[in-house]
Amino acid sequence: MRSVLKVENVSIRYKYGDFRDIGLKEWAMRKMTHSYRVEHFMAVKNVSFELFEGDMLGIIGSNGAGKSTLLKAVTGVMVPTSGNIERNGRISALLELASGFDGDLTVKENAYLRGAMLGYTKKFMKAAYDQIIDFAELKDFEERPFKQLSSGMQSRLAFSIASLVQPEILILDEVLSVGDGAFQEKSSKKMMEIIRSGAVTILVSHSVEQIEKLCTKVLWLNHGEAVAQGDTKEICALYKSFLKGNTEALNKAAAKWPGNQGVTQEELTNG
Amino acid sequence: MIEKIKQYHFLFTELVKRDFTKKYKRTVLGMAWSVLSPMLTLLIMWLVFSNFFANNMKHYVIYLFSGQLVFAYFTDSTNLSMNALVSNASIFTKVNVPKYLFLLSQNVSSLINFGLTLVLLFLFSAIDRVAFTWKFIFLLYPIICLVVFNVGMGMILSAFFVFFRDMQYLWGVVTTLLMWMSAIFYTIETFSYKIQLIFLANPIYLYIRYFRKIILEGSIPTVQFHLLGAAYALIALALGTYVYRKYNHEFLYYV
Repeated sequence: MRSVLKVENVSIRYKYGDFRDIGLKEWAMRKMTHSYRVEHFMAVKNVSFELFEGDMLGIIGSNGAGKSTLLKAVTGVMVPTSGNIERNGRISALLELASGFDGDLTVKENAYLRGAMLGYTKKFMKAAYDQIIDFAELKDFEERPFKQLSSGMQSRLAFSIASLVQPEILILDEVLSVGDGAFQEKSSKKMMEIIRSGAVTILVSHSVEQIEKLCTKVLWLNHGEAVAQGDTKEICALYKSFLKGNTEALNKAAAKWPGNQGVTQEELTNG
Repeated sequence: MIEKIKQYHFLFTELVKRDFTKKYKRTVLGMAWSVLSPMLTLLIMWLVFSNFFANNMKHYVIYLFSGQLVFAYFTDSTNLSMNALVSNASIFTKVNVPKYLFLLSQNVSSLINFGLTLVLLFLFSAIDRVAFTWKFIFLLYPIICLVVFNVGMGMILSAFFVFFRDMQYLWGVVTTLLMWMSAIFYTIETFSYKIQLIFLANPIYLYIRYFRKIILEGSIPTVQFHLLGAAYALIALALGTYVYRKYNHEFLYYV
């Protein structure tokens, strides 16, 4: 099987502090009074995984576990502080769905803009446009300004654009919960189609049931570290009991998948 | 590089379309207004300086207009560019695209504005019986320099604006200062030679001077003059590129 995405010992240092939304005056004042603080923490610590054609990886973990940061590194928006990411295919990412659309543009203009952002060619977009609009069920809204759409409609459009183009690597961050029941079913079906066509998919979701249903592999992140990865059923069961307050489950998982404790391969082989 | 242009060509045209529709709000009046507004400024300046200060210089309107034209392009472009990163933050924090595309697309609309106003300048020149010569071709030189200079300055400013959100006000002060130092409505011939040279340290003045030399005096500036003009543009571009390269993956922490 062909390896499509390889993430090797990736660590990402994240920066936070007083530098956001600050003016020059405030910055100077804070510097003078020594109250300007910038802190770093490791949002992702030494995570490795490899995905082959047809794999669908679910990433689980509580808020702040580093899921989104890891995805940003996979898409290339962020650069890992250390480690390496190898991509053999085109990435189509849906991070925080409705953002990046422009409220003043029409649905059609937004669709083209989003398609362009995802790296499609104009020719391709022209050919795929009708299909996209039909799938999103927005035929009647084509020429309306985007801001007039409900959030469900917005997500539907985003999903349709990203999924209807047979990407080789599809990244979905909390997106399958969009739309009504009927659309959810349709999108799940579409997902399966993409997976079967040999693409690699990464799904981040707070719904463990969804992950259990769709994913072939699971990666559990906790405070930036990979607790466990592998079999969906087993890990999801442990994760669910962890969510219920059973901290033992975390240790149990860690004991079962020792390679994922932020320990490098070398350290393991050296004893 | 060529592969990159091909790859992002579609995105670039879509961004240009977006910025254009947003700027003019889909109205013809929107476009007319962006040309009308510098004309009104010109009218006010002309009223004030030719009537109250009894200025009877030959072709004063053209003198004024060429200064105003270059300066307005500079301020319009830099003010729009400053927003390029912050207003597109929701895009570049989600999708990995070259960040200079946002800036360049903003610059396309200010360049079109500039082009429209330039046509008006030629029209005014014809009405004012300015002699058109083959040397007008040379106007392409300061225009190219100006485009490069504006893009470079836009890169620097948009990066600064990500880090310091009060840059807009500071830049407003700087442009006002630049306006007074660019001899838009006065002449510097009465100053000593030394002071006249100091004026050339201001890139905007230099480009304005080039325009006036060609249009009003019908003469091509010296080689040194050309070199200085290119140097300003290239230095601005080099600094801008440096800032974008250095902070390429840092910007997302600040927005």
